[in-house]
Amino acid sequence: MAKVLVVTSGKGGVGKTTSTAALGAALAQMGEKVVVVDFDVGLRNLDLVLGAERRVVFDFINVVQGIANLSQALIRDKRLENLWLLPASQTRDKDALTDEGVGKIIAELRTKFDWIICDSPAGIERGAMLAMRFADEAVVVTNPEVSSVRDSDRIIGMLDSRTVKAEQGEQVQKHLLITRYDTGRAARGEMLSIGDVTDILATPMLGIIPESQDVLRASNVGMPVTLNDATSAPARAYTDAARRLMGATIPVLVPAARKGLMNRLLGRRAA
Amino acid sequence: MMIFPRLFGGRTATATATAPVARERLQILLAHERGLRGQPDLLELLRGEILAVVSRHVTFDPEKLQIKMDRGNLVSVLEIDIEVPNSAEGWAVAS
Repeated sequence: MAKVLVVTSGKGGVGKTTSTAALGAALAQMGEKVVVVDFDVGLRNLDLVLGAERRVVFDFINVVQGIANLSQALIRDKRLENLWLLPASQTRDKDALTDEGVGKIIAELRTKFDWIICDSPAGIERGAMLAMRFADEAVVVTNPEVSSVRDSDRIIGMLDSRTVKAEQGEQVQKHLLITRYDTGRAARGEMLSIGDVTDILATPMLGIIPESQDVLRASNVGMPVTLNDATSAPARAYTDAARRLMGATIPVLVPAARKGLMNRLLGRRAA
Repeated sequence: MMIFPRLFGGRTATATATAPVARERLQILLAHERGLRGQPDLLELLRGEILAVVSRHVTFDPEKLQIKMDRGNLVSVLEIDIEVPNSAEGWAVAS
C-alpha cells in the first residue's frame, strides 16, 4: 500500500530537501517505487539537488490546473529507474495549489507509487500545510539548535491537528531526523545532545545525520547523498533511516566524533 | 587530560558548555507554547460572545474581561473573570 511521507521542519535551511532526495534515493535503491514531490512553489530546489533542473517541462501546478497530465510532469531519475520527481512551479502563484487539487494528485500518485515523499517548504503557511495535509507519516528534520527545535515542536503540533489523518481521529506517524549533528561538540556541551532533543520533542528517532562535507559535495553535483558516495557517513545514516522507514529495526547510533588534528597527532580517542 | 585542550588553545568545558542552557530555555518555552496551542481561536470566539451577552445587561470595560483556559489531563478549566464597576449603592450597573 502506498505511503505518503512529508518531510517537514518549520525552520528553513535545516536539510528538508537534502533529506527528501537522500531518503527518496535510498528507498528507490531498495527497489521501492518512489516519487519525490516538491511543494515549495516559487522556490523549487528539489530538481536542482537531484540534478534534474534542466529536464523540468511541466510542474505540479500545471497538473492541478489540467494543463498537463501527471505522466507528462513526472521526471524519471537517470540513475535510479525507480525514482521520480514531480517538480514545483518556479513562476506561478502559490495560491494556485488548493486542498482539492493537491488531494486529487496525491490520490493518483498513490495508485502508481510505493512512496510519495512530499518536500515541504519552510514556514507554517499554506505550502507547508498542503505538504503535510495528506501525509500518513512525517519526517521532522531538526538541527540540534534552539530555533530549529522550537519550530519542530510547533510543526509536530500541526501534524497532530491539521492533517487529514488527525481530523479523522487517527495519527500521522512521526519520525525525528536530526541533521548536522556534531558528536564532538555535543560531547563538549556546546551543542544540544541527541538525548536533549528527543527528551524535548518526545518523538521516535529515525536517524542522526552527522555534519559532513559530503552533503555539500553531493548537492554541488546534483546527486542525492546516498548515491554520490554510498560509503560516506551521511549516506550510511540516510540509508539506515530509509531502512527504518521500511520497518527494519536498526538501532540508532550516535555518529562517531571526527578526530581533530591534535587528537589524531596525540593518538587520543575522540570523545 | 584536561591539560591538553588548555595547552592548545581550547577553552575549558565549563566555559563552553552552553547546551544545558539551551535545553533549559527550550523546556520552559515549549511548556508555555504547548499550553497555548489550539487556544487562540476558541478563546477569541468565547471572548466575543461573552462580551456581547454581558454587555447587553451590564456596562463594563471590555479590557476587564479575562478568559483563561487551563488544560489538565482529565478536565480543563475555563475561567471567566469580569470586573464590573459598582453604582453608588454598590450594585453592578445595568446599561
